[in-house]
Amino acid sequence: MKDQGTYQPYSYYQLMETSLRELLVEKGIVTDDAVNAEVTAMRGRQPERGSKAVARAWVDDAFRQRLLKNGTAACEELGLEIPALKLVVVENTPQVHNAIVCTLCSCYPRVLLGIPPDWYKSRNYRSRMVREPRAVLAEFGLKIADAVQIRVHDSTADMRYMVLPMRPKGTEDWDEARLAAIVSRDSMIGVAIPKVG
Amino acid sequence: MKPQFATDYPALDAKFDKGDRVRVRKTAPLGHIRTPFYIRGHVGEIERYCGAFPNPEELAQRRDGLPAQPLYRVRFKQKEVWPDYKGPASDVLEIEIFQHWLEKA
Repeated sequence: MKDQGTYQPYSYYQLMETSLRELLVEKGIVTDDAVNAEVTAMRGRQPERGSKAVARAWVDDAFRQRLLKNGTAACEELGLEIPALKLVVVENTPQVHNAIVCTLCSCYPRVLLGIPPDWYKSRNYRSRMVREPRAVLAEFGLKIADAVQIRVHDSTADMRYMVLPMRPKGTEDWDEARLAAIVSRDSMIGVAIPKVG
Repeated sequence: MKPQFATDYPALDAKFDKGDRVRVRKTAPLGHIRTPFYIRGHVGEIERYCGAFPNPEELAQRRDGLPAQPLYRVRFKQKEVWPDYKGPASDVLEIEIFQHWLEKA
């Protein structure tokens, strides 16, 4: 699917994907248009969807509580349809820092945050995040004090996870849109924290 | 215990409550297993009951995975999982584990 400009032979997995897709189209199980529409929809989903939910939780405490109780239902209130996704939102506090990983594969709340970053799927991140999270976070430039508990969530089955970061000081008079702009994808995975300026 | 996400599959009863100590079975069956190797044999505490979901080991064999298996989030102390863990004793790891992989500790 990648346009590399110059001719290169297909890799093993590209060949497998193309062969399977062409067979499915040939047998009338899916159409090219349906595949293209799904790829376009997948690429169109951006982490801003999650940022919107975080910003709302920061300004509306009742929403924050609903988000923690049932992330899927709360996101739907905001018009963020995430069918079939069981979203568990974990909250950072002055005592607890959360981070998400999938050691088995690359489970990620795609319908909310879009395509995961490549490092999220790397063997390095997946194996080390459960084993030495403080060292991994330090490599992301995030130093967590020893007094703060680190909770690493290994996403192994039917749930998907998102971190609700803490609202930074100095944003007390900000509106929701301005708040959402500082909520990065990485802060919702738990490898960064939102910063002012 | 009430699940965080209610499902309507025919399901097995949830055997564990929040706070129960459980041990992950130490076994190595073949197939598509969603219980990571590194946690097998370790003891943790039920953090929440997520709901009942079709057994992925059965789904991978193109069966229906029913009755659905209760799925829990289990909290483990990092120092217990990795004896040489570098970090405070309060650090934890949370993992979703299906009931058939858990026994009372």
